[in-house]
Amino acid sequence: MNRNVGIVIVSHSVDVARGTAEMVRQMVGDEVPLAFCGGNPDGGLGTNVESIMSAIDTAWSDRGVAILVDLGGAETNSEMAIELQPQERQGLIVVCNAPIVEGAVMAATEASGGASLDEVKRTAEELSPA
Amino acid sequence: MTAGPREMQDASAVVLDAAARRTLIETVARRIIDHADELTALDQAIGDGDHGLNMKRGFESVLADLGAHAEKPLPDALKAIGMSLVMKIGGASGPLYGTLFMAFGKELPAEPSHGDVVRAATAAIAAVKARGKSDVGQKTMLDVLVPASEAFAGGKDPAAAAESAAEATIPMKAIRGRASFLGDRSIGHMDPGARSSALIIAAIVEALEQTV
Repeated sequence: MNRNVGIVIVSHSVDVARGTAEMVRQMVGDEVPLAFCGGNPDGGLGTNVESIMSAIDTAWSDRGVAILVDLGGAETNSEMAIELQPQERQGLIVVCNAPIVEGAVMAATEASGGASLDEVKRTAEELSPA
Repeated sequence: MTAGPREMQDASAVVLDAAARRTLIETVARRIIDHADELTALDQAIGDGDHGLNMKRGFESVLADLGAHAEKPLPDALKAIGMSLVMKIGGASGPLYGTLFMAFGKELPAEPSHGDVVRAATAAIAAVKARGKSDVGQKTMLDVLVPASEAFAGGKDPAAAAESAAEATIPMKAIRGRASFLGDRSIGHMDPGARSSALIIAAIVEALEQTV
């Protein structure tokens, strides 16, 4: 399963994250390790480092993991979660600067073809305004 | 041993015993928890309205471990508190305040001199800048942390500097964070992160003066 880059979806809303993951599964299939999380530690809107770390574990691939985020706190918390990963994972996890839904589908499509982490990130980020 | 900001200007090291550390940590945590509604109101004006609730959740988790935190040497206590904030706040302020406390603890010796505190504060502020990809003048917590740290370095009261610096964020336009979505409409409101930083600094100064 971990021959392809993994995808993690981090939204402030667990419903947005779950819905985005469902779209990825339906449009791309099961070839890509995939995990999502959303909400603060009390279950309200927000993001939290602990659930992002566990999503990274779930979607872990030796080829790396690309994270798609929605708004500011999701990015900051994702970067914190990356720093708290074991040394051997550093450099193998990236946050994509891309819209969360479209970015996740594009990144997963690219990943499902066996692309490298760099290629997955670049493809997702082609969606971002220059 | 004494620890007020004025007493700390000489080169001698300050030693806080477990009771003093407990007072310090508890004062800071309760100050934030007591002002949660005010922070939320500020955040409702220019952010997403969760700053008070998030900070309250974070500092309640600090209080829950108060005994364990107070038993640790100050640098280790700061690192543990930072990690609690990272894990429990649930918004961008989690990594930002978590990084502030963790980086401060990483740089601080167990019995710091005034110069040690200045150096550790400078390093911690640099870490927050990197975490938030931000700098002074962007209507953030940094607009309080930097002038307060400079005041402390110069032998002035950091709490007074922090309070006026928080006021000074009112006419600023947000460049970073959620408030930046509002552009010019962010002008006229105090930045919630600047306010929470000023609250923390005031609580630290008060707690240290109590332990004199």
